[in-house]
This record gives sequence, C-alpha cells and structure tokens, in this order.
Amino acid sequence: MQHHHLTASEWDTLAKDPEFLALLRARRRFIVPSTIFFLLFYLALPVGIAFAPAFMNQPVVESLTIANLYGFAQFLMAWVLLAVYMRAARSFDDRAQALVDRLTAELAK
Amino acid sequence: MTQATLVMFAIFVAMALIITYWAAGRSTSRRGFYTAHREISGIQNGWAIAGDYMSATSFLGITGLIAFYGFDGFMYSIGWLVAYLTVLLLLAEPLRNTGRYTVADVIAFRLRGRSVRAIAAFTTLTITLFYMVAQMVGAGSLINLLVQRISETYAIVIVGLLMLIYVLYGGMLATTWVQIIKAALLLAASIALSLLVLAHFGFSLFAFRDAAMSANADGRTVDLLHTGLFFSGPHGAFDVVSLGLALVLGTAGLPHVLMRFFTVPTARAARVSVGWAMALIGAFYLLTTIMGLGAGTIVGQHDIGKHLRDTQAIRYIIRHPETAPQLNAELARDGYIGPEKNSNLAAPLLADRLGGPLLTAFVAAVAFATILAVVAGLTIAAASAFAHDVWYSLIRGGEGSEREHILVARTAALVVGFAAIFLSVGLRTVNVAFLVGLAFAVAASTNAPALILSLTWRRFSRTGAICGMLAGLISSLALMAISPDVMGDHAIFPLRNPGIVSIPLGFIAAILGTLIARDPESEAMFNQLQVRANTGIGAEI
Repeated sequence: MQHHHLTASEWDTLAKDPEFLALLRARRRFIVPSTIFFLLFYLALPVGIAFAPAFMNQPVVESLTIANLYGFAQFLMAWVLLAVYMRAARSFDDRAQALVDRLTAELAK
Repeated sequence: MTQATLVMFAIFVAMALIITYWAAGRSTSRRGFYTAHREISGIQNGWAIAGDYMSATSFLGITGLIAFYGFDGFMYSIGWLVAYLTVLLLLAEPLRNTGRYTVADVIAFRLRGRSVRAIAAFTTLTITLFYMVAQMVGAGSLINLLVQRISETYAIVIVGLLMLIYVLYGGMLATTWVQIIKAALLLAASIALSLLVLAHFGFSLFAFRDAAMSANADGRTVDLLHTGLFFSGPHGAFDVVSLGLALVLGTAGLPHVLMRFFTVPTARAARVSVGWAMALIGAFYLLTTIMGLGAGTIVGQHDIGKHLRDTQAIRYIIRHPETAPQLNAELARDGYIGPEKNSNLAAPLLADRLGGPLLTAFVAAVAFATILAVVAGLTIAAASAFAHDVWYSLIRGGEGSEREHILVARTAALVVGFAAIFLSVGLRTVNVAFLVGLAFAVAASTNAPALILSLTWRRFSRTGAICGMLAGLISSLALMAISPDVMGDHAIFPLRNPGIVSIPLGFIAAILGTLIARDPESEAMFNQLQVRANTGIGAEI
C-alpha cells in the first residue's frame, strides 16, 4: 500500500485518530519502562564492579561470585525481555494492521 | 597447517564468488545494491546481523581478552548483547518504516535541510572507516602470524580487493549471504572448540571452574573469575563505566548494522531479525567465554603471548618507531605486534592444542572469512552514505538517472575500499581494540542521540541535531586524541574510552540546541513520522 500522496493535513488527521493514539500509548507503556529497566539493570554491573569490587567478588554459590552470577543474569534478562517484547509486539502489529485496514477503506471512499 | 588453512580459505572465497555471480544480476539498481530489494527474510537478516557482530573483534578479540583478563573480557560480551535491547525497543521497527537507504535518511526524515544530512553522512563515514581499518589491520596481523610468508601489507591488500569484488558486483544481496554463511561456519567452529574444551575437563564444570580460578599467567596464578584484571589502576573504575556506556549505546549508531533493517520487507521482519540476532549472538558469546577460559587455562597466557615481554617499553616503541629502529626491527622479526593483538591468537592456538592441524586450519580460515564479510558490509554502509546522502541528496538535489546513481554508488565503494586499504597499511601497527573502541564511542555520541531523539521527541530541531552530532563527534575524537592510548603515560585525559564524557555531551548538546532554536517545520513533520514509524503506512517497499 503506497501513501506517498497523503498531504500534511491528512497525516495530521491520522496522527489524531483515537485508535492510533491508543496504539501509541500502549507501545509507550511497554517501551519506556522496559528501556529504563534494562539500562539500570545493565549499568548496575559496570558501576558495581567499578565502585564496589569487594562486594561484587564475594563468592555465593559454588565459588561463583556475585559479579559472575549477575553477569550471566544479564544474558537471561536480555533474552527474557526479548521474548516478552516479541509477545507484546504481536498485539501491537494486529492493532496497527486493523488501523491501516480501516484507514485504507476510509481513504478509498 | 599453513596449506590446509589456505585451501579452506580458497574454498570460502570460491563460495563467496559463486554467490556474487548469482547476486550480480540482481544488484543493478539502487534498491538492489543498497537493500537487496528488501526481500531478505527476518531469519536471514537475523543471521546476517549476528554475522556482522561476530566480527574478528568478537571471535579473536573477546576470546583473547577472556583468556588474559577473564571476567573483565566477558564485560564486552555482556555490553554488546544488551546493546541489542536498545536496537530492539527503540530503533529496529521505526528504522524499517521510515528509512530508505541510509541512517541519515531517518535522521533527516523530518529534520530536512542540507546540514543535518551532511553531518549525519560525515559521522557515518567516520564510524565505518575506523571500524573497517580496525578489521583490516586485524586481518593483516592475523594472516601474517598464521601464514608467515604473507606480509601484513599483502594480507590487507588481498582482503581489501576480494571484499571489493563482492561489494561491487554482488551488492547487498551477496554481502548478506556471505555474512550468513560465515556466521554459520563461525558458530560451527565455536561449538566444536567449546566441546573440546569441556571434554578436556571431562565435561565437569567444577573442574573447569577450578582451572579458571587458578590460571597460570606467566608464573603468577590469577583467578579469571575475579574482576579488575583488565580495568585496573587509579582510573579503572571510570574506564569500566565509560566502556559500558559506549558498548550499550554504540550499537544503536553503527551504520552497517542499522542498514540491515532496510533490507527486510516489513517492520515485523525487522523485529524478528533482532530476535534471531540476539539469540545467536548471546549463544556465540557464551561459547567465546568457554573458549576464552579454555585458552587461558589449557594453552596458558605464556604460550599465547609468547612475545609479550615488557608491555610499557613495547608500547613506547610502537608509538615512537624512530627512537628505536633496531629494536623495532627485531620485534617485527619475532612476529611481535602488540599485547592485545597477541592475545588475538588465543582461539587458533586453542584449536591447535585441542583439535590438531585441521581444526586450526578451519578456525583460521573462518577468521579470515569473518573479516572479509564484515568489511564488505562496512563498505556498503560507507558507500551509501557517500553516494546516496552526499551525491544524490546534497549535490544532485534528488535528481539524476538510476544508471548514474548506481555508477556513483559503485565508484564510492571503490574509493572507500581503496581508502581503507591505504589507511590500514599505514596504520598497521595501531592497536585494533583502540580503533573499535573509537568507532563505538563516536557512534554512541553522534548517531545514537540524533536517531533516538529524532524518533521520540516532537520538539527536536535541526539546530539540536547539528549541535548534538558535532559535540559528540568532536568530543569523542578529541578525548581519544589525548587519551593514554595515544599519549601514553602523560595523557591529559586519563580514560581509554571517552564515552562517559562524550555520550552525555552528545545528548546534552542536542537537547540544548533544540531549546535554543525551535524549528516549527520539523515539529510539524513529527505527526507524519509517528504515523509512519508505528503503522508502516507509506514505508518504502
């Protein structure tokens, strides 16, 4: 579907469509907290080993240290957040597609 | 070992040439040349992105860093994997929906105007050139160390010319498939090596852990699971945070990775490709950890860095070759290049110790293939910045025939390729890790703030983008120029990575510039950008 011919005011109308705004809010509700979460979760590692090395090098399980476990936890965190986002994004896709279908029908009229 | 390596490398080159021949007919338009007609599937693109990331720096560099410095080397792997969350959540889908051929397309989508695009094209060229030179210098020293008959200069020229053939004839399609095949070969080699390491310890993780905790480092016993082996000294703490920042935001500004999102048909495919890339890259980094700790414990630092003697003295000589021509010649004859580069041989030496000559040959051939494939992707990124942004958009004002533009694109690839070859030959003694660090720092301080703010902040203005990119570019380059890697012990700036200063500077300058000079025209375009980015309406097909 090509929409290169849309005018500025038509884009503005689309941008104010209630369904579109709802989709935008839903995406933002997911993306903003997840981004803040993963950045903090990640940066805690370099900051931790930089400024609290004694704490981070304490052995906890089977001689593995807090830094070791937290390092591997980063892999788990990345993969879990990936899986959660892939799930959520499917519903965003469906909503976007429904929106596009409706707008296409409206524009065709 | 030498002959088997060459034979396997020749097989890979032949395969890549066949792909190039097949792709040549499909790369005769700009859409074909830059984006493979946007017909790459999500899975294929995921493998190609993973291939871009499993570069020589990752395979040889990280394995070596973990072998020498244990957990501190692992920090690179963590940062590089987590970085893909930034790409996944903030960039992949909007990039697919709003971009045409280049990163500058996305930044200049609503920030119209020549200066924004010109600066974005310039930062792209800077980042890709640093990254390319790093890969090719790495290729040169690696080939020279493994096949001593081929000098570094010849090795760089051979890699450069082969890469140019793929890019010029096969465009993005050939580059993508070469990358996919390489990624599969590299994973296979890593799995084989990791299994051999685990078998060496009787598949006992406890025995493996105990060995890693008491690795022999040139007579000293070190605990590779302990932090602080690499990031030490009075400024180590800030260095590790600075590097962490540059790693996690740098990927969001790397043109050769971001460009791959223009090769898939839909935003969904872009997302799926990040998913595959994160799965593959994560698995690969777990394997490099096993290989690195294996190399550190089984081969040992002494054997990996045979020629590593007095780090400080040697660094000084590399930086001031005129002061000690005799000693320098002696070191060159010994095959000594630099401590970090020496640790680059950890993976091939591990293969030699555990798997015998055939596996070593395979690992070495895969390492060459890796460098070749990554450099090809970088060349397309740089060529499109020049041909599409500078020539088509700025000089020709969007005019000109398809024939003209594809000709310019190929010429640009040729020029970039030769520039990279000459630069790499000239800089062949420069530390590779330094160059890659520089590329990441520049990407995180320039493209990343401009892209993220342009896609998310309605008020973001042209002045803001220009201030942000210039501040990020100048501060990261200037701080690198006065860092210990360049100035040695008398460095004005104490950290090796400028990220902790230049990344916030890039963001702050972008925000201040926006607040100082508002830009109603760009603000008005934000609605269109938002609709396109979130629905795919009007996306390039």
